[in-house]
Amino acid sequence: MSDEHTVSGEKTYKVDLLTRVEGEGRFHLKVKDNQVIESKLNIFEAPRYFEAFLRDRAIEEVPDIVARICGICPVAYQMSAVRALENGLGVTPSSAIRALRRLLYCGEWIESHALHVFLLHAPDFLGYDSAMAMAVDHKDLVERGLKMKKAGNALIECLGGRAIHPISIRVGGFTTTPRASALNALRDDLANALQDAIDTVTWTAALTFPDFNQAYTFVCLDHDQYPLEWGDAIHVSGSGRFPVEEFFDHSQETHVAHSTALQSHLRDGQTYLCGPMARLNRHHERLHPTARTALAKSGLSLPVHNPYQSIVVRAVELVHALAEALDLIDAYTQPEAAFSDYSPRAATACGATEAPRGLLVHRYQMGEDGLIKHADIVPPTSQNQAQIEADLVSIAPQLMALAHNDATHLCEQLIRAYDPCISCATHFLKLNIENVNAPS
Amino acid sequence: MPDTPTHSPRPRLGVFKLASCDGCQLTLLDCEDELLLLGEQIDIVHFPEATSPGQPSGPFDVAIIEGSVSTPEQQDEVQAIRRNSTVLLTIGACATSGGIQALRNFGDHDDYRRIVYAQPEYISSLATSTPVANHVPVDFELRGCPINKQQLLELITACLRGRTPAIKNESVCFECKRNDIVCVAVTQQMPCLGPVTHAGCGAICPAFNRGCFGCYGPKESAATAPLAAQMLTNGQSDEAIKRAFRLFTAESEAFREESQRHE
Repeated sequence: MSDEHTVSGEKTYKVDLLTRVEGEGRFHLKVKDNQVIESKLNIFEAPRYFEAFLRDRAIEEVPDIVARICGICPVAYQMSAVRALENGLGVTPSSAIRALRRLLYCGEWIESHALHVFLLHAPDFLGYDSAMAMAVDHKDLVERGLKMKKAGNALIECLGGRAIHPISIRVGGFTTTPRASALNALRDDLANALQDAIDTVTWTAALTFPDFNQAYTFVCLDHDQYPLEWGDAIHVSGSGRFPVEEFFDHSQETHVAHSTALQSHLRDGQTYLCGPMARLNRHHERLHPTARTALAKSGLSLPVHNPYQSIVVRAVELVHALAEALDLIDAYTQPEAAFSDYSPRAATACGATEAPRGLLVHRYQMGEDGLIKHADIVPPTSQNQAQIEADLVSIAPQLMALAHNDATHLCEQLIRAYDPCISCATHFLKLNIENVNAPS
Repeated sequence: MPDTPTHSPRPRLGVFKLASCDGCQLTLLDCEDELLLLGEQIDIVHFPEATSPGQPSGPFDVAIIEGSVSTPEQQDEVQAIRRNSTVLLTIGACATSGGIQALRNFGDHDDYRRIVYAQPEYISSLATSTPVANHVPVDFELRGCPINKQQLLELITACLRGRTPAIKNESVCFECKRNDIVCVAVTQQMPCLGPVTHAGCGAICPAFNRGCFGCYGPKESAATAPLAAQMLTNGQSDEAIKRAFRLFTAESEAFREESQRHE
């Protein structure tokens, strides 16, 4: 810490508004005698009470309602919801419907990852305030990202009617399915985007990353494919797997005074990380061959333990989602039935899928009257929140040697590397680092 | 709408978020073909989702607000935004009608807090979620959950040119007819709010084989009672009709009153 900042024995770093994340927030780190005495992710979500007003809503309304939790990843909320509801109702969608859902989910991964890699995260590495500012010097790069994002959105629009809060997902399947010709019309743009994504892996892998390897516990869905819309078990690195319906036995949500988002830990109090790094470390062998090749050429060594490198991991997942989307379109024939019927019954069931930002678990209790009695929703950012606080403690020693602005930026970039979807869980997160040296 | 002042070479834009899902401001970033052009025409001085650092204090030639007023802090924030802005636009169902979180207005806020939070005393929020226009004058309200990208671009363009945005006040039925979609209410007796819902989505639900569920809220002079009577005739329960009108724009007058008639 520079001398002029420590004359009074106290030092405060402050950024009033954390930017280029979905939602708003503040962070508070207090250091005394080079020891971290407080690390808080202050989250001032204006609570929206989804779990409360889902009570007494009809089963068929749930996918429309939970989409509104997040405008960036509405498909993820719809997918976890229908998985949980179908588990409770004893409905198994046909393999054709599952493939179509996977295709829709690929669209969301593409738009969300392209948004984060190019518009939110890349400006950190190239030294700009925004993608718009970056475009002045790197127009091709920004246009590449926007083109990829558009290809993902076009896929969601084709299958779901619109890119934000799509309307076709229902319990048992879709309200209607597209003609093969409608999907084939997207092929060229997706193929171009795939080539761009492969180039993006190479480009991101060549960036310079801060040295910050951590011994994380990684948590993700387990499945015989790269995990996305399906999976009945959850894997915890270092300790094995358990069925999705036991999620609430293995994790605990706590409510702390400085946050309106509930924080998740494993039962032993362990923080954990979910999201692209957890998925890649566990399932890289299940990547699409095109993505495996891109990963191998990138030189990224596995397992990844540095969150700053998550931009490369997202680029690899972009390749995967685009390559798989093309395969799914090529294999597509319009199913005879768009959905399976069901009858309401009393049940409690869980469902989990992999949102772009990580594991998303829903649990519903429903009645014979077809109404929801109780809902629990655990978004990935709630799960990562405690890990982000722990990371900021871990990075504190590195901050001490840096100038004020650089230290602040390193923290912001660390938080941004998680692609926190604060609107899912949080509202007002401010970055505020204090270094309180020993009072004289 | 007030004229956009020309004291700076490019109009200064601020994008603000209250209680919301981020989807409506994301619509701005979803303008993939127009975003960079837009960035050349206007100076985006505050848009925390996309640019660093934010400059929330203004002044702004145009301010866009997404989200509803649902905390004491947000009550103060909308006053500050209004003071610092020449033109104030609100976008989306949350900002224009209170959003889905306005369902709390029909229940017991304390119960809601207890259901979601282990320590409800940590939570500072208002008992109601309300549209921005209930608190400060708004120059134009763009409807939708989420808003339509083309309508947003039209609104911003009109604003920069100082003309009235060409956004029609008509029902979803008109979009359905123009798109040659067979009426799902008439042919399949599906519950459909199309006749009373503001246009803008492009009638996507009937095109996807389901009834409209009212994302854009009531159109002007929405005749909700005859529609509800038809839904009853088609076998819908009062409870189901109440739920249909009480969703993303539950706090809008026409839908609120219709839902209350079925309690």
